Amino acid sequence: MSTQTLHNIGRRLAPWALPVALLAIWQGAVVAGWLSTRILPAPSAVVEAGWSLLASGEIWTHLAISGQRAAIGFAIGGGLGLLLGFITGLSNWGERFLDSSVQMIRNVPHLALIPLVILWFGIDEAAKIFLVALGTLFPIYLNTYHGIRNVDPALVEMARSYGLKGFSLFWQVILPGALPSILVGVRFALGFMWLTLIVAETISASSGIGYLAMNAREFLQTDVVVLAILLYAVLGKLADVAARLLERLWLRWHPAYQAKAGVQ
Amino acid sequence: MTALHSIHRGIPLSIEGIRKAFGEREVLKGIDLHIPAGQFVAVVGRSGCGKSTLLRLLAGLDAPSGGALLAGKGALAAVRDDTRLMFQDSRLLPWKRVIDNVGLGLSGDWKPKAREALAAVGLAERAQEWPAALSGGQKQRVALARALIHQPRLLLLDEPLGALDALTRIEMQQLIERLWQQHGFTVLLVTHDVAEAVAIADRVILIEDGEIGLDLTVDLPRPRQRGSARLASLEAEVLNRVLALPPLPPQPEPLSPLPTQLRWAL
Repeated sequence: MSTQTLHNIGRRLAPWALPVALLAIWQGAVVAGWLSTRILPAPSAVVEAGWSLLASGEIWTHLAISGQRAAIGFAIGGGLGLLLGFITGLSNWGERFLDSSVQMIRNVPHLALIPLVILWFGIDEAAKIFLVALGTLFPIYLNTYHGIRNVDPALVEMARSYGLKGFSLFWQVILPGALPSILVGVRFALGFMWLTLIVAETISASSGIGYLAMNAREFLQTDVVVLAILLYAVLGKLADVAARLLERLWLRWHPAYQAKAGVQ
Repeated sequence: MTALHSIHRGIPLSIEGIRKAFGEREVLKGIDLHIPAGQFVAVVGRSGCGKSTLLRLLAGLDAPSGGALLAGKGALAAVRDDTRLMFQDSRLLPWKRVIDNVGLGLSGDWKPKAREALAAVGLAERAQEWPAALSGGQKQRVALARALIHQPRLLLLDEPLGALDALTRIEMQQLIERLWQQHGFTVLLVTHDVAEAVAIADRVILIEDGEIGLDLTVDLPRPRQRGSARLASLEAEVLNRVLALPPLPPQPEPLSPLPTQLRWAL
């Protein structure tokens, strides 16, 4: 019985063994002086830096401002992408009129616009929100459009023969049918959201996590730089978890998303 | 409230010179058919003979190229709400629970009616499940409940049992027959299974090359004994007709089927 329990604990801990060992080696290398703190700070120094920023409350200001930029940009870009996707997905006329233009703009790497964006908006909030919105618009647009076009026409025909039309047809048949694809777009967009924000904040900002990192670089505070990188990683993970929760909630009906059949 | 137990008169159906062409290809070349209210009609024919097309015209999913569809004296289109179509695949919405699928397109307090309709097809206890959890036969029963809840006066069945295994098919046939006797709607069943057609219908229509090739009344008492000699001889009559060519007067030896098949394959 107890060997069984030990075995279970071992299985649980196994995935953590390598990261923990690496951290220990890293810590040891810095303490022994083999690794300069200019290149990499000791893990303990990163924790200390985090603790002092947490204690001073400074970290919350930066997290809040970065989170706010991400959320506003995502809401604008995602909302526009969804709207455009609905228009081109639902109407042939809309597709003919809009789709090729959107696809053309999509092929411009949005980060290449940074010099232009700085000229337009300065280094204000608007510049970062604009870039995030641009980065999140296209993944959601593409997947919404694709999702709507791939709704089973047999189901639409059936629903029409049962008297559904207009908004109820959209709400009960087309939107749920397109939802798996739209949520794939959301997950892509969340990735682009953080990526864009990192670049935008490191180039020009006076607050936010990117600013925290760039400011620390000026003073050779590698511990704070590493901390900022970790913060981005955590935020990215949180966004992904949120998207997965949405999938679990909205795609309950889908055998692939039911908890028991899930991969995890 | 007792919707499923009240008797509704079926729709008397008149199909007058119906034509349908897809581009150059004429699928239906003038079908004339009169179906009295409450009759159970089976339509058989080879694949591509136009039987499903006829059903889609009746359901209003396609528009005919010519001719008229009448329900009694008025146009069939005017009683569209009294017409329900069941497809070969169940076409349940996978994101709606079973009971919400049954209530599709209904407003107001439809849940008790939906439960009643599910009970009528023997699936009351599966109401809260997702369609993905049901077997093929169960999905078709849900689709049947979804059609019946609208109290149709004309029920159109487009090979709804085609994909089911033999035993489930027989169960479904008996269920459809029972519900038809209970509600008295007019039924048009398209099927490729001649045995099914003669076992369940009052009348078997054979469509060949877009025209009515045979109109056979199955005047046997119900419940019918499956595998009885009378059914077998009726089935043979229809099958011989399908496999042989035009109005063959009693001829002991049917022609070799090959040339006729070639002709039909066109």
